[in-house]
Amino acid sequence: MPNVPEWLRRHPRLAFGLLAVLLAVLPFIVGAGLGRGWVRVLDFALLYAMLALGLNIVVGYAGLLDLGYIAFYALGAYLFAWLSSPQFGLHLPFWLVLPSGALLAGGFGVLLGAPTLRLRGDYLAIVTLGFGEIVRIFMNNLDAPVNITNGPQGINLIDPISIGGVSLGVRHTILGVHVFPPTFYYYLFLFFTLFTILVAMRLQDSRIGRAWAAIREDEVAAAAMGIDTRSVKLLAFAMGASFGGLAGGLFAAFQGFISPESFNLMESVMILCMIVLGGMGNIPGVILGAVLLTVLPEALRYLGAWQRATLGHVVVDPNDLRMLLFGLAMVAMMLFRPAGLLPSRQRKREFRAEDGVAGQEAASLYDAQA
Amino acid sequence: MDIFIQQLVNGLVLGSIYALVALGYTMVYGILELINFAHGEVTMIGAMIALAVIGALLGAYPQAPALLVLLAGVLAAIPACMALGYVIERVAYRPLRRAPRLAPLITAIGVSIVLQNAAMLIWGRSYISFPPILPHGSHTVLGAVVTDLQIVIVALSILIMFGLTLLVERTRLGRAMRATAQSREMAELMGVNVNTVISITFIIGSALAAIAGVMVSAYYGLAHYYMGFMLGLKAFSAAVLGGIGNLAGAMLGGLLLGVIEALGAGYIGDLTGGFLGSNYQDVFAFLALILVLVFRPTGLLGERVAQRA
Amino acid sequence: MTTLLTVENVTKRFGGLSALEAVSLTVNSGEVYGLIGPNGAGKTTLFNCMTGLYTVSAGVIRLDGVPIQNRKPHQIVNRGFARTFQNIRLFANMTALENVMVGRHARTRTGVLGAVLHSRRCLAEERDSRERSQAQMAFVGLKDRGRGLAGHLAYGDQRRLEIARALATEPKLLALDEPVAGMNPNERREMSELFLKLRDAGITLLLIEHDVKLVMDVCDRVAVLDYGKKIAEGVPDEVRRDPAVIEAYLGGAVA
Repeated sequence: MPNVPEWLRRHPRLAFGLLAVLLAVLPFIVGAGLGRGWVRVLDFALLYAMLALGLNIVVGYAGLLDLGYIAFYALGAYLFAWLSSPQFGLHLPFWLVLPSGALLAGGFGVLLGAPTLRLRGDYLAIVTLGFGEIVRIFMNNLDAPVNITNGPQGINLIDPISIGGVSLGVRHTILGVHVFPPTFYYYLFLFFTLFTILVAMRLQDSRIGRAWAAIREDEVAAAAMGIDTRSVKLLAFAMGASFGGLAGGLFAAFQGFISPESFNLMESVMILCMIVLGGMGNIPGVILGAVLLTVLPEALRYLGAWQRATLGHVVVDPNDLRMLLFGLAMVAMMLFRPAGLLPSRQRKREFRAEDGVAGQEAASLYDAQA
Repeated sequence: MDIFIQQLVNGLVLGSIYALVALGYTMVYGILELINFAHGEVTMIGAMIALAVIGALLGAYPQAPALLVLLAGVLAAIPACMALGYVIERVAYRPLRRAPRLAPLITAIGVSIVLQNAAMLIWGRSYISFPPILPHGSHTVLGAVVTDLQIVIVALSILIMFGLTLLVERTRLGRAMRATAQSREMAELMGVNVNTVISITFIIGSALAAIAGVMVSAYYGLAHYYMGFMLGLKAFSAAVLGGIGNLAGAMLGGLLLGVIEALGAGYIGDLTGGFLGSNYQDVFAFLALILVLVFRPTGLLGERVAQRA
Repeated sequence: MTTLLTVENVTKRFGGLSALEAVSLTVNSGEVYGLIGPNGAGKTTLFNCMTGLYTVSAGVIRLDGVPIQNRKPHQIVNRGFARTFQNIRLFANMTALENVMVGRHARTRTGVLGAVLHSRRCLAEERDSRERSQAQMAFVGLKDRGRGLAGHLAYGDQRRLEIARALATEPKLLALDEPVAGMNPNERREMSELFLKLRDAGITLLLIEHDVKLVMDVCDRVAVLDYGKKIAEGVPDEVRRDPAVIEAYLGGAVA
């Protein structure tokens, strides 16, 4: 990582220790300094970091553009809601529901990826985009004649996660200190985020990760080196989807309420934006992107208050401005810093390199496979 | 049977609008092998500008002849969209022509988000209704109601598609476009100014999008900052259905998709025993897209998609 | 001498154009087999058909008696048939060693679970892959050059790296598409030595080459393609005197 002071660089253990302590006390510092609302923001930053890391496996590692990623998040969230809320009167434990959500999302990933991954990447982008919309349409309309999703109203009263009989959804007093649900969920999300990081890191440095990188660089050469490109791509797609499903379950439990509104295309785009901004393929970059894009919109809210204070009324709602800025940021990043804020070593070169021969000849491979 | 004919008519009308938008996707793809994600938003901007002009004119001259006002709206929308299409290509795509494939795709998404949200800031979040200046007569044909507006939409679409075909098949410019689509390098060597051809392709596609945008908002009586997204997706599906890169394919795909959608929406209730209703209309386009990609990735009239790529 | 690869009446058409027309040839185990012919004769097309990048329009290709035409590229690699490319196709942004390790893909098994859990088997396999890849690099003359990016290697070394990467797949048959193109006479001589070293290591070589002298020097047998047809096959000295071959090369070039 760049910009790490020299003395920390020389003592990696010390650096890790400091980071661990910082992460452990962060919600208390943030809660005390900025207010309890910001602990929730912190929780969402972690949730988005998980999502972005999952999507990064698909986009950053394997080079496949998935524009319907949020659909997998939605599947995980809805499965959690169905299996532990009054909707069907089921209240299964989270350790059963969360993996099921990941599995369901991964399964849909395979169903969707199998027919499309043999085609050029652009098609995958469009099909996933369509899939995202289909899922949302179904969630919106499956309230009649049999009420499955409760339609646009969404599903309410979803069980909070409880560990060993202790619910994370209520306030507890520990050693005389009030600790609120967002703080508990912070640690839970931190655990899952670290888990995701571990998985992503180990995969990247493995036989599988090398195969993904090879496919991204030159699919024809990868196939000619004995890589079953289709199933390796499918694996990336399904892995990404599973992480989406897992994060969706966590989201449902944390919010206690979900509706189709939370799973629109713009969410998919925002997660993609996090990756692009931070640095495709680079884990610290992706996390930075996720944190920035979760925190900045919150900070933008102050812009509304500022307008009211100085101009007397809100001229431009900062919420409306948010997506506009994201869109501009995506274009600007691609034009001026395509490898992201914290680029991975490979990406930096890749975006500089010219895509001549490899791109043109990729055609011939599909001749045999299509 | 009446429902069938009626839905067929509705589908053909909708389909001819899809076809116009699909042509824009297919022309750009044919030349650059790029999915111009922002194309749907250009359609939306066309509708919005036309409505803004029409609204302003009606506000200033409430007695102005309807046809003239409508024409003014369309004639304002077309050059505005042409300029927009040109700028999009120059700013977001041209600098990235040699970049990895993912890059222009991402800027394309960025551009469409910018356009969508800019439209939202300018025209607001609510639906804008089309002023009542449209032809509103109707006829009964074979038990189906056909409105004058529907006739105008279909006739105009056919005329435009005919004109475009002539342009591409018969003119010098058309020949340059076809040459560039075959091989950019060769066309360049043969003295074709490839950059100009690409710009013109975007400009023509955007003009079609502007007209389609006005048509679709007139047909539904509404415009909305979000309308371009769905329309764009469907039109792209139509282009793939017909065989992307192929003009006739885009026309056929558009018409077919319109009909599939209308019939699907009309009969889905019966087919599923009332389980699913017509609010699933939007699903059909994607199902058609996925099925085509699975079973005939070349599209109906296309050469091998994957191989061209 | 046993037959390793047979090509029987292979035809490849692109649209109406025949790039290959009923080409047949046989490669024996342990030999260096040369494929020569003027530009556009169909040599690379034949390679692409053999290695699964193109489907054939007609005909049969057998490796060890098993038909491999129209199989996917990775299946053909699994059967022990690897290749290099005419226009070097390394994974330029990965390190040289990583490139070779990608070649180990077909001969290793580690899946997601093993990779994530760092199972003992997976770690052992990873170490083994690394060592074998380093050995392959040393074999082609790139000892200790693994850490740099593949794209940063000198041109000739990139050619060698491609061979090392193909070797990592443990091929019985290695197809090299113009491996000395763009090299100077010195480098060419070194490469010829590498080819003979490969043959001595028990790998059958299939060589596309423009440099007729090199082909005549290292190849045991040669086939000549012209306009998608085989016009001659035999030991180099025979082929050199074949009137059809001389004709194809416009007289002078062969002699």
